[in-house]
Amino acid sequence: MKNKKEKDFIGSIPKWAWLLLSLLTALVVWYFLSVNPKTGRTFKPLMEVLASAKVMYGRGVLLKDIGSSLISAIGGFACGFLLAVPIAFLMAWYRPVRFIVEPWIQFIRNIPPLAYVPLVVLSVGVGRTPQIIVICLSTFLVMTITIFQGVINVDETLIKAARVLGANDSVILVKVIFPATTPFIVTAIRLGISTALTTLIAAESTGAICGLGMRIKALANSYETAPMLLYIIIVGIIGMLAEKILKYFERKLTSWQEKREI
Amino acid sequence: MAREERNIKVKIDQVKKVYNGRTGEMVALNGVSLDIADNEFVCVVGPSGCGKSTLLNIIAGLLEPTDGAVYVDERKVVGTGVERGVVFQQYALFPWLTVKKNVEFGLKLKGLSKDEIEETAMKYIRMVDLEKFTNAYPKELSGGMKQRVAIARAYAVNPEVLLMDEPFGALDAQTRTQLQSELLKTWEEERKTCFFITHDVEEAIILAQRVVIMSARPGRIKEIVDIDIPYPRTQETRMDPRFIELKTHIWSQVYQEYLEVRK
Ligand SMILES: Nc1ncnc2c1ncn2[C@@H]1O[C@H](COP(=O)(O)OP(=O)(O)OP(=O)(O)O)[C@@H](O)[C@H]1O
Ligand SMILES: [Mg+2]
Repeated sequence: MKNKKEKDFIGSIPKWAWLLLSLLTALVVWYFLSVNPKTGRTFKPLMEVLASAKVMYGRGVLLKDIGSSLISAIGGFACGFLLAVPIAFLMAWYRPVRFIVEPWIQFIRNIPPLAYVPLVVLSVGVGRTPQIIVICLSTFLVMTITIFQGVINVDETLIKAARVLGANDSVILVKVIFPATTPFIVTAIRLGISTALTTLIAAESTGAICGLGMRIKALANSYETAPMLLYIIIVGIIGMLAEKILKYFERKLTSWQEKREI
Repeated sequence: MAREERNIKVKIDQVKKVYNGRTGEMVALNGVSLDIADNEFVCVVGPSGCGKSTLLNIIAGLLEPTDGAVYVDERKVVGTGVERGVVFQQYALFPWLTVKKNVEFGLKLKGLSKDEIEETAMKYIRMVDLEKFTNAYPKELSGGMKQRVAIARAYAVNPEVLLMDEPFGALDAQTRTQLQSELLKTWEEERKTCFFITHDVEEAIILAQRVVIMSARPGRIKEIVDIDIPYPRTQETRMDPRFIELKTHIWSQVYQEYLEVRK
């Protein structure tokens, strides 16, 4: 009885209010961190961090950094996705491909990108190309595994049902396996986005002339913690915005799915 | 008897199926032969694991027999074909398609015109009484409704033989009897050859002209029982003394097989 009442109370508060509360709590925590002499060195007061946006803008780097990183992240992610879809399907469809490719993926997957960025730079030179290659590789790995899992998990009876209704292999691929895999593809994109953002920092670690990751490292070297925090917040916001956009498409694409209400 | 004069629609000829599992070879079916007449309704009962689904999948062309063959209209079955429709126990509806789109799936593959597709789909959606749910997704339907869609989808492509693998197995008793009545009505109207697997002896007797009892390990046909109760059959048929007699007989035969399997 009590439990139910409580639930109703929680449910009666609108979503935006929760969001506001969440933000306020974060700000309060931040405030205490900034006044504590120990953590205050890292957590500059909020106002100072916000003001640093003006400083960075004045230096003419803020928009350039955001733009450059977005291009690298989106470019790398797009390459990774375009490679992941066909390769995941090939792995699921032809077992030899799977047996050869899967060990490679498992092998490279757990190596931090930071470790191989210099190698990539050595062979393709500095600039945007190595960034895109590194992000492409890391997003490709995580997305391929996820989509592959989706393809091999397609319910066998759906394939049988299509077959007895007259579908051949290519119809089954397009009209059964592909739609059945969309929830996994959406999940893969979600993982790919966060991988792209986390890899960005590593990808810009060697020889980049601008970018969020490169700047964070440069600011760290000059102990400018306020703009550094600002940049970190920007990375987080980009991630959240991407998630929002993805959610929108997810609702459109996978509304047919049976979902648990949480 | 009239049956002998009817054409043989499906001929199951000395079918053997051996699975190569992890535990070695497993003979699921051995020397299974059965002739199913045109328009006949045959039910298959037998203990779990006796190879009923295996046999159905072989007739459907989803599995290849290790030995022997199945013929439909004297043509040997190789792979699936739209003249053989299948209804699965797990409904197997495409969850990303609406009821209507599910029913249209096979029609679209037949290359019919848009109007024909639409018209036929609606005809069968009406047949299973789901007009109100034409544009609903499977997740919005109850189990019984889902199975109705699956039946409509199978009927829509106009198969000559309907293969059903425990289609009502997952439903509650009430929905089950309701769908049995509906299926009987449809069968009496459309007169398609039906091969229907069930665990439920009463269901088999209510529906079938002949009940095939299978034995296990390896799966063989143990006995074929003629159900000499005239159609139209209703749920009251269950009180019929003849019904009870047949039920007692078939049930005891299946139970014997069940005990065999337990040994
Ligand atoms: N793919 C497979 N590989 C190996 N053995 C299998 C396979 N499919 C079925 N079998 C075995 O073949 C036997 C017959 O299986 P089948 O599914 O045809 O039985 P069934 O009569 O339909 O059972 P139920 O009534 O439980 O559905 C079982 O013993 C099963 O373990
Ligand atoms: Mg079965």
